[in-house]
Amino acid sequence: MQIYLPIADMPVNIFLVLGMGLAVGYISGMFGIGGGFLMTPLLIFIGVTPAVAVASVASHIAASSFSGAINYWNRRALDLPLALMLLSAGILGTATGVWLFTELRALDQLDLMIGLSYVTLLTVVGAMMIYESLRAVVRARKGMPATLRRPGSHTWVHGLPIKVRFKRSKIYVSAIPVWGIGFLIGFVGAIMGIGGGFLLVPMLIYFLRVPTATVIGTSMVLTLVTMASATVMHAATNHLVDAVLALILMVGGVVGAQFGVRTGQKMRGERLRLLLGVLVFAVGLRFAYELVASPDDLFSIRHVGVE
Amino acid sequence: MMGRIALTFLVVMLIGGVRPAAAERLVVSLSNHRVAITSSFVGEDLVLFGTVEPDAGKTALRPVYDLVVTVTGPRETLRARRKQRVLGIWVNVDSREFVRVPSYLAILSNRPASKIAASDTLRRLQVGLDNFLLPQRIGPDLADTVREDPFRLAFIRLENQQNLYSEIGTAVTFLTPTVFRAAIPLPSNVPVGNFAIDVKLFADGALVARTNSALEVTKTGFEQYVADAARDNGLLYGLATMLMALLTGWVANVMFRRD
Repeated sequence: MQIYLPIADMPVNIFLVLGMGLAVGYISGMFGIGGGFLMTPLLIFIGVTPAVAVASVASHIAASSFSGAINYWNRRALDLPLALMLLSAGILGTATGVWLFTELRALDQLDLMIGLSYVTLLTVVGAMMIYESLRAVVRARKGMPATLRRPGSHTWVHGLPIKVRFKRSKIYVSAIPVWGIGFLIGFVGAIMGIGGGFLLVPMLIYFLRVPTATVIGTSMVLTLVTMASATVMHAATNHLVDAVLALILMVGGVVGAQFGVRTGQKMRGERLRLLLGVLVFAVGLRFAYELVASPDDLFSIRHVGVE
Repeated sequence: MMGRIALTFLVVMLIGGVRPAAAERLVVSLSNHRVAITSSFVGEDLVLFGTVEPDAGKTALRPVYDLVVTVTGPRETLRARRKQRVLGIWVNVDSREFVRVPSYLAILSNRPASKIAASDTLRRLQVGLDNFLLPQRIGPDLADTVREDPFRLAFIRLENQQNLYSEIGTAVTFLTPTVFRAAIPLPSNVPVGNFAIDVKLFADGALVARTNSALEVTKTGFEQYVADAARDNGLLYGLATMLMALLTGWVANVMFRRD
């Protein structure tokens, strides 16, 4: 069944988009991430322009992260003060990202920027995740305890000033890296149409030593607010959010996520991280191939203005 | 005096090889003047019917006519960009702006345009994609380029791939020597706005009659509402979309709650 998207200005098969929402939702529920890094490329692949895809996926991620955040809130596995602090910088990052998005679009370099960001981020983060989880798998084989968090081990991050205590996460860290991470996630999210969950979770664990009990819930709150504000900002400045597309995606996404969560809970932590690492890395390689391989057509057209 | 004028007239006509007073009239009618884009819109074929009428009933009709229908959508400005490899990756390095060109262009005829008239006639009347005026911004000026210009060729090719520009030499059918029908294909991605239809009648390689018509493509109902809201009230639209996202997330959470 075809349905016409009023902002993307194209008909799509409603079941195809719903299926994409389900599949990505399943993966996002399984790994506790938003899944934007999969959804945006998929939309571009079916013919939605990158700009509309990035803007519309933001609201889709807002929906799935809100659904997840409620769960973590009920289980008290969510550090609200930490999330709010990350957010204060995250909003600023999102605004900067939306602004840069608009500028790059005018310069005809938006597609390149999106492509480059995907390649660098996904291959680097994916490779790091594969490396880390393989070590954990090996350690588990040898019968050693798979500890990720070594309490008491300090890095240079812990030497920074303006220290703040976060009770629920039981950490005492400088506000500077918290703001830095928040800004980066907000910025990257607005440019790439991703929630940044797959980036934020490792960063919180490795840099701030946030315990696994609160890390995903906190990350979801951040994703929720940055993506919700990205939706509003993209709609207000670029007029590119397709509400019909977003609705189909989010309905599929939230349903798929519920099943994904169940699968994810049955799998071992390091296996799950290895799988996610491979997935992230593969998507990164796919983007790298696109940048390097000779395009089918050297020419492309962009709308400048309607009379 | 009168006799001399008549004689000159006759001589001119004999030399020119044309028959008396080109006085055909075109009567055309469109199957639908208003195309509505609804949620199930997947494109539509419009039909233009028409007849060639002798003007004032005096002149005889010619045995063979050719017909060219040019449909142009609302004007817009587009930029064609060319990629080039820079440091191993493909980057848009060069671009050309096509200013106020039709967002939709269909040139429909009963046989290939090149066989209808001489190339300079076709060029003057903008018959065929090669001859249609596509002004580009070149420095401070607006001008069309030669038809072999790589940007112009790429632009037409890309618009053609999107089914927005087309030249169909078989889209017009003469049902009798004077009654014709033309199929106007509107693709699913047809732009919204006013379309102009220009109908040209040729005989023996010369333009003998011309008329025009129009059609309108509009979004209706929900599609119209969403598109208007997104454009005119971006902030409010964004807030509404965000609330919709939160509501969807909450509903899913309640529905799948396990305790």
